[in-house]
Amino acid sequence: MRRLLILTVALFSMAPVAAIDTGQAFDDPELQARYEKLISEVRCLKCQNQSIKDSNVFLASDLRREIRRLIAEGKTDAEVVDFLVTRYGEFALYRPRATGKTLILWIAPFLLVLFGGYAMFRIVRHRMSMPIGDDKTLTAKEGSPE
Amino acid sequence: MSRYVLPLIAVVALILFLVVGLKRGDPRALPSPYIGKPAPQFELQTLRDPDVTVSSQDLEGEFALVNVWATWCVGCRTEHPFLMQLARDNSIPIYGINWRDTRPEALRWIAQLGDPYVASGFDETGRVGIDWGVYGAPETFLLNADGIVVHKHLGPLGRDAWERDFVPLINAGGATP
Repeated sequence: MRRLLILTVALFSMAPVAAIDTGQAFDDPELQARYEKLISEVRCLKCQNQSIKDSNVFLASDLRREIRRLIAEGKTDAEVVDFLVTRYGEFALYRPRATGKTLILWIAPFLLVLFGGYAMFRIVRHRMSMPIGDDKTLTAKEGSPE
Repeated sequence: MSRYVLPLIAVVALILFLVVGLKRGDPRALPSPYIGKPAPQFELQTLRDPDVTVSSQDLEGEFALVNVWATWCVGCRTEHPFLMQLARDNSIPIYGINWRDTRPEALRWIAQLGDPYVASGFDETGRVGIDWGVYGAPETFLLNADGIVVHKHLGPLGRDAWERDFVPLINAGGATP
């Protein structure tokens, strides 16, 4: 049992060890923080349910390298994001920008809540206007043949 | 009866959405943001001779294919005979971007299987691949005479896709000035 436990722990601890780029990309902690935030928000296009921070495929490491280069050149976060969207489209971002075609992604949840709230309001008001204690009549009416 | 109309419309709309979502094909296939826009500029050493370069300017003036390939790419081997066929028929000039490869292996590939390319740029670091929005070889771009990307094909190119997607675009482009 104990050996099994150790084996399990050992197996699960291998993933982070195998990850690349474990070292710091920048000496400046501020740049390093920006870099880590950016790479965790960019989708690996080859392995689409991972960010490029978590992926080992060479495309992800190429993209990390490009982002490192852009940050080192003094580009802002918005410029780095633009760089990626120009080449790969909005889909490359895990957090799509609230403009143009992706705006619907941001407003749809609110529209749905509004719509659902309105529907619920209508139903509740309708129910409240129904006479109390008339259940029998109602059932009889609905159940009766037309 | 009218109380069922709204839910019915909602359900039908939902079903339509789901069907369209399913029919869209490979969910991993991404549309290229470059369609209708000028192809990204590039300049690369050619695969055959590091002293010679191939660049965007070489592609202009007529319809051309830009095919992203590599020796580690299985799909590239699949489509290779068709590219050879296109080259033999003089259908269209094909330019290669040899992506994230090594020179000896790529040269051996060309020597063994044949070289359908007018020239292949050697993109060892993958920089040009990223500029073109490449995320998996093989990818094939169709450029018109003005260097505008008019179509992108993902995965191995074959006769079906060629005749369905490429030929009509080339014919339409040849008719207009």
